[in-house]
This record gives sequence, structure tokens and C-alpha cells, in this order.
Amino acid sequence: MVTESSDLLRWIALLPLLAAVFHGVMLALVRRPTPRAFTIGISCGSVVAAFGVACLALTHLLQLPDGERMLVDNVATWIGAGVGQQAFSAELSLQLDPLSAFMALVVTGVGALIHIYSIGYMDDDHREDKGFQRFFCYLNLFTFSMLVLVLADNLVLMFVGWEGVGLCSYLLIGFWYADRWNAYCGSKAFIVNRIGDFGFLLGIFLLFSALSDAGTPTVAFSEIKAGFAAIVERQIAVPAWLPFGPEVGLVNVIALCFFVGACGKSAQIPLYVWLPDAMAGPTPVSALIHAATMVTAGVYMVCRLSFLYAAAPEASAVVAWTGGLTAIFAATIAITQTDIKKVLAYSTVSQLGYMFLAAGCGGYSAAVFHLGTHAFFKALLFLGAGAVILAMHHEQDVTKMGGLHRKLWQTHIVFLMGVLAIAGVPGFSGFFSKDEVLVAAYASSVPGHRFLHAIGLVTAGLTAFYMFRLYFLTFWGECRAPREVREHLHDAAPVVINPLWVLAFFSVFAGLGGLPQVWGDLIGVPNSNSLGHFLTPSLVAAAHHEIEHSTEYWLAALAVGAAGVGALLAWLLYAVRPGLSGQLSASLAGLHRLLFHKYWIDELYDAAIVRPLVRISDRILFRGIDAGLIDGVAVNGSARAVQGLAAHGLKYAQSGLTQGYIFFMIAGAVAIVAFLLR
Amino acid sequence: MLPLEHVIGLSAILFVIGMIGVATRRNLIVVLMSIELMLNAVNLAFVGFNRLWPGTAAAPALDGQVFVLMVITVAAAEVAVGLGIVISLFRNRDSVDLEEASLLKW
Repeated sequence: MVTESSDLLRWIALLPLLAAVFHGVMLALVRRPTPRAFTIGISCGSVVAAFGVACLALTHLLQLPDGERMLVDNVATWIGAGVGQQAFSAELSLQLDPLSAFMALVVTGVGALIHIYSIGYMDDDHREDKGFQRFFCYLNLFTFSMLVLVLADNLVLMFVGWEGVGLCSYLLIGFWYADRWNAYCGSKAFIVNRIGDFGFLLGIFLLFSALSDAGTPTVAFSEIKAGFAAIVERQIAVPAWLPFGPEVGLVNVIALCFFVGACGKSAQIPLYVWLPDAMAGPTPVSALIHAATMVTAGVYMVCRLSFLYAAAPEASAVVAWTGGLTAIFAATIAITQTDIKKVLAYSTVSQLGYMFLAAGCGGYSAAVFHLGTHAFFKALLFLGAGAVILAMHHEQDVTKMGGLHRKLWQTHIVFLMGVLAIAGVPGFSGFFSKDEVLVAAYASSVPGHRFLHAIGLVTAGLTAFYMFRLYFLTFWGECRAPREVREHLHDAAPVVINPLWVLAFFSVFAGLGGLPQVWGDLIGVPNSNSLGHFLTPSLVAAAHHEIEHSTEYWLAALAVGAAGVGALLAWLLYAVRPGLSGQLSASLAGLHRLLFHKYWIDELYDAAIVRPLVRISDRILFRGIDAGLIDGVAVNGSARAVQGLAAHGLKYAQSGLTQGYIFFMIAGAVAIVAFLLR
Repeated sequence: MLPLEHVIGLSAILFVIGMIGVATRRNLIVVLMSIELMLNAVNLAFVGFNRLWPGTAAAPALDGQVFVLMVITVAAAEVAVGLGIVISLFRNRDSVDLEEASLLKW
């Protein structure tokens, strides 16, 4: 395939980096924050410009013939080793294929809106430590890292972006670090992500060593794809006590390693626990990093390596089942949460589960489609929640809200758009993408795919239920806020509200960009799934059953029915008969407590992993090895040994008699001469 | 001409005599003299070895002799310092016995 080279790509990533470096220099070296208007101009300007460059690059991409759409920007050779057949190099180079282009547009587009929103959201942040500029510095750095992640043309560079977004996530979760809890949440996110990154690294190593054995040492995606056929059949021995031994396909192992990384970054069971706590960060951060972009990196990675997953059916089944279970698990937790951001966080975990469900079932384009629509409506919901939180003076508990639809009419409308989109109301973007996910699950050949589809349906119902519950609790009924808050309720400034309208527009209409063909036929549009066609060169079509159009209509009807039941229940419980929900939770007290306490997973991890680890670290590693062995024996011990030797023996050699010294000197000289003459 | 072995042999004998003197005599002045003997033994070896690389008639090599001049210069300076120490020691202790001067020890 002939690849076009284009210098445009580097600027997409470089512009946010330059802004971040500028802020960093001003804060760390000059130690004087720039005026706010200037900070805003640099930060938002750079991301908007990056969006512009990305659009320009997209037009270049679209001019290329279908199937050859790939732009490459080779900036430099980064790591190079070996010559000839065994030469290896990791290039500092970016590529723009349809998948990368889609991701880059989402990152810069949604990112730019959230940057603008942040101007208003962070405006009241007048703290001593130059928080305003620091915030934008981190946000720009994040955008840069995320762009490196999606534009990288090889695994190693992608890993750099992967770690970069993890770092920025940590910095931004703990942004208000004066509160210890926020700092704790940041550390938690960082550490849990490290576990995932470990898997990702192992995956890279395994894939690279397998490819080197096959004679093509490379980490670049296009070359991996080309040389991949050589390692597909390889089996490796595993310990016999494992249930699937004694041999497994190497591809499966590699795919599972990468999936561990995806689990960490994209908050899947069992590594999802950091995402709900990540809500400690400012709300724009939750929207940008923990809903729209970073957490979808795992989905992107699975889709980027779709050729690998398509060749690894067992690993794909694991992906699909993990996704499905996470989806329903997180959705059940979201039902009982009362913190507006926590509900959205569990909802994000659940929707990410949907994406993995689709990807594991071979519906890579469905996963990417849902990723895109989810980026819009979840960013919208988070930002809308942020607007509510601003109006409520940083109150996040929905049980203290209610009746806001009159005072916050703009926020109310856009939030409702988001709720309708995520609930999958026909016509809204979430409907089409969720439908594609469910169809992918139904039509796949993953073991137990009918169960997966059922799980997806139930989750769709739960999603509608908790989203409408949130909506009714926040915007309808009696206002439960204290009086002084109630009297000053008003919509936030235009700089906060206007990005929401843009996102609301996309939440409603983005589905039309990837309209499944079954609906295209209904309204007489050929090739309606333009996103799917656009993405085809980047993704691999996995084996699946063909299903009839009539079946697809049934599936859609089922999904809508599930969502409708959920929404209706929420309406009944929280709008029509507000008292009923309390009675219900009282009569199902055990279940309610189980869900409200999030299945006690955090406590379980704490007791089973964190505390034993801390104890081992303290007793053995710190007191035993560090204090005992290294400090005690090695450092102080050797000092004491030298002291003892010198004070009780060696010092008598220092007799003060000149001729004694001369004797030693002569003896030494004689010894050396004897040695030389030997 | 005298064989080189004889010159080096004499040098070695003188050197060992000087070394024994340094190691065994208690009188500081005799020790100094023994050191001078060792230095001169080395000088003799320099001059003797120079015969191995005589150079050409137009450009004779005189490295050994030059080195000897150097050593004599340093030896003169060393004797001056050494005798100064001896005098200073004698003024303090009324003797020049090396065993007397052993304060600097554990």
C-alpha cells in the first residue's frame, strides 16, 4: 500500500504540547501565572487549532482512494537497533488512518468544547497555587498525550501516550490536592492503572518476541499486521494445572495481555474500581478524561489490534464476557447511587462494558461507533451535571436537588437530550449505536452470545432506569435544596452553556453518521453506515452469523421495549409516586444495601489486597528488608565492622616508629619486584 | 670497557647497603647518609644504562646523565630539609635517635 506522507499530523499533537509547555514554564520557572485571558487564549486556542488541523488532515485523507487512506508523518527515528534482516526501529512517527482520524476528531473536538466549558467552570477557582493555569496546563498535556496515543503508528509510541494520559488523569483527579481524599483517589487511579499497564507491556514484549522469532522484529502496526500471519498458528506450553492446558495459542495469550491493559485503562472488571473514585476531580476532567476520551483508549486499542483479536477467538470471548458482565454489574450499582457524578461514573463503566461486548463479539465498528456517540452524550451529561453542580454551589447529592427544570431551563433541556440519547430512545444517537452493539452480540459466534445479548438488553433497561431516575430526581419534584441556594438558582454563564448545546446537537444527531443499513433501507438511503464504511480499512471483519432484516427490527424493538420499561419505572417511582421508591428500597433492604455499597467490592479489595500488601510492605519489606537488612546489616553493619577492625587491631600497625614504616615499605617493594620477576 | 653488569651490580650493592642502613640505624644523621647512598646507587644505574642508548655521533643521547643531574639537585634540597629536621629534633629532644621520635601513633 502506498502511503502518503504529511507534515500536518505532527501539528495536531504538537499544538497542545506547546501550550502545556508554555504554561509549565510560566508556572515552574517564571513562577508568575499569565493573565487569565492569555491563559485561556493559549490553551483553548491550541486545542481548537489542533481540531482545525485534524479536520484539514481528514480532508486530505478523504481525497485518497478508498482502501489506501493512510497518512504518515515520520518525525524521527526514536529507537533504532540492528541492521539488515534483524533491524528494529521504533519510529517517532504518527499515522492517520480512518480509525485514528475518527479518534483524533473526537479527542480534539470534544476536547475543545470541554476546554471552553472549563473557562467558566474553573472561573471561581481563586486559590493561592495558581490553580487556573495549572488546570489548563494539565488539560493541554492530556490532550497531547491522548493524541499521541491515537495517532501513534507503533505500539511503543502508543504506550508513551498511554502512560501520558494516565499521568494526566492522576494529576487532574488530585487537582484539588489540599483535600487528602482527592489525593488518595488520584493515587488509586494511578496504581490500578499500573496493574493494567503491566499487562499491556507484557503484551508488547510477547508480540515483539514472537514476531522476532518469525523473522520480522517490529512494533509498527502496519508491519505487525503484515507479518502477523506467521505467528497465528503458534502454540505455547502452559502449566498443566491450568484448565485450558497443556497448550494454548500464542495469539490468545498476547490478546489477553493487551486486554489486561485495556481493563485497567477502560475500567472493566476487575480493575474498574478507580473510575468511580476518579470523580474527585473537577467535573470537566470527568467529562473529558473519565468519560469521553481516556477511558475509551482500551476500546481503541482492541479495535486497533482487531486483526489480532479476530485471530484469537478464546481471548475475544473473554473480552466479550468481561464487557457484558461489567455492563450489567456497573448498571446495577448506578441504580442506587445518590451522587450525581457517581451515577454517571458507573454509567460510564457500564457503557464501556458495552463497547468491549461489541469488540469481543467482533463488532469493532459497532464498538467505535458507540465510543463516538458515547463521547458526545456522556460528555454532555457530565458537563450538564457540572452546570447543575455550579448552580447548587458544589452540591452533588441528588437527594438534595429536585425541581430544577424551571430555574435551569437550558441545562434541563440539554441534560434531557443526553438522557434520551444514552437511554436509547429511537432516533437519538445512542439508540443506533447501542442497537449495533446488541446486533453484533446477537450475530456473533462467541460462546453464549445469546446470553450476552440478553445481558445487553437488561443493561439497556437498567440504563434507561437509572438515567431517568437521575433526571427526575434532579429536575422534577420538590426542590430539596436549602433556601439560600434555592433563591439564587440560575443557568450558568454562556461560556458554560453553549458547549452543551453543541454537544446536545451531536448527541441527538451523531447517530445519523453511522446509521445501520437496516434503518438506511427503511428510509431509502443506500450505504447509510458511512462511519462503518469509512472505518472498514482499519478494522477486521470477524466471523458472524448473517441475520435477517426482520430479526434486526425485532432486536431493536426489544431494546426499545427494555429501555421503555426502565424509563417508565423510573417515571413511576421518582416522578408520579415519589414515596414509592423509599418504600421499595425499605422492603428490599438487603438488595438495596448490597447495591448502595457497591457490592462491597472496594472493601473486599481493601481487605484482600490492599491491607495485606500494606502489611507485607510494612513488616517485611520496610522493617525487615529496608530497615533490617539494608540499613542495619549492609550500611550500619559494614560501618561497625570497619570500626571494630580498625579500633581493636589495625591501629597497632600505626606504631609511630619510622623504621617500622620503612620496613613495611621495603617489604612491599620487595614483594612487587618478586611478583614482577616471577 | 667495563661490562654493564659490573656497573649495575655495584649499583645494586650500594643500594642494598643504603637500604639496610636506613632500616637499621637509629641515628637520624646516619639514616640520611644512607638515603644519599641509595640515591647515588640509582645515579650510577642511570649512567650505566645510558650506555645502552648512546645515540649517534651527531646527536648523542644523554638522558641518563641529565636525569642524574636532576637527582643530585633534588638530593641537595632533600638534605637541606632533612638536616633542618634533624636540628629541630635535636633542639627539642637533645638527641637524634629515631626511636625517641615516636609520638605520632595510636
